[in-house]
Amino acid sequence: MKKQEHAAFSLSLLPALAALLAGSAGAMHIMEGYLPVGHCILWGAVSLPFFVLGFFRIRRSLAENRKNIVMLAICGAYVFLLSSLKIPSVTGSCSHMTGTGLAAILFGPSVTTVLGVIVLLFQAILLAHGGLTTLGANTFSMAIAGPLLSWAIYRLFGKLRWNRRAGVFLAAFLGDLFTYCVTSFQLAWAYPSETGGVWASALKFLAVFAPTQLPLAVLEGVLTVIILVVFENYAQKELDAVGYRTGG
Amino acid sequence: MKKKDKILLLVLIAAAVALIVVPVVLQRGADFGGSDDAGSDTVGQIDEGYTPWATPILEKLLGGEVPPELETLLFCVQTGIGVGVVAFFTGRFVERRKQEKLREEEKRADKP
Repeated sequence: MKKQEHAAFSLSLLPALAALLAGSAGAMHIMEGYLPVGHCILWGAVSLPFFVLGFFRIRRSLAENRKNIVMLAICGAYVFLLSSLKIPSVTGSCSHMTGTGLAAILFGPSVTTVLGVIVLLFQAILLAHGGLTTLGANTFSMAIAGPLLSWAIYRLFGKLRWNRRAGVFLAAFLGDLFTYCVTSFQLAWAYPSETGGVWASALKFLAVFAPTQLPLAVLEGVLTVIILVVFENYAQKELDAVGYRTGG
Repeated sequence: MKKKDKILLLVLIAAAVALIVVPVVLQRGADFGGSDDAGSDTVGQIDEGYTPWATPILEKLLGGEVPPELETLLFCVQTGIGVGVVAFFTGRFVERRKQEKLREEEKRADKP
């Protein structure tokens, strides 16, 4: 990392530290106005460093190879596409996928944060979906926590030389589920149940989200494998450029 | 595309379609509401009388709920942007591959 990038990144960490020190308490999309102000600020502060880091990573990646912008655009579009589709689930209600697995696998979690924020802003402003006050919290669940897990799983499969496509599936599948687990926790933290506290409340939210989300998470895994199989066959050059191992 | 991959893709696409169709058939008559709203409802259960302290910026501008037709339009715009970009580049990739193959064959044909 360059010196000035280092400085900017360290600066972006400050609010996070400050928020943690101050101890200001703390659906994918949490609706506008549904989190207390303190939580909104805290989640925003925690998310900021990832966003800044992702911004630099994107700049670095494009400086290395201008053509990486094509894969980056595809990853962003994939998040746009998947998070816009409300899919019916076995519970009789609808939910949507995150689409962040692909970006996490190809570019890593911090780049995914930037892409996720763009989509979340679009939805918050134009669709009254999610919200500007809950942007930080939604960014953390959908564009940080989920992608981090996806990326870790994909990397683990690579290290252990296990089947790559199985790794892609699990990464996208579990990343999607984990996003909802984090959302449940975020809501529970803001609304602890009177009898059982935060964790009882988290289970309650999870019970609402999880059964609906499970088949969708499987679907997200399947779709992500589909798009990568297509690219492995037709866009090997682009995948190589972003460091996606195609052999084996 | 390798034959093995072709079969895999067909199986995966069938699985994807099944994942969407099966719930609709199983839950005939369900209203398929959004789970984000379910989240808000659960908040209502835990903390009765909770009123959100902020309203979405678009609802503020329009002075009320976003009309469903308009919401559908905006969701479609989002989907459209996504599909457009993905399909455009995938189309280019596929066509590029075809051209490369053609050129290779031409080269081989030139050299007897």
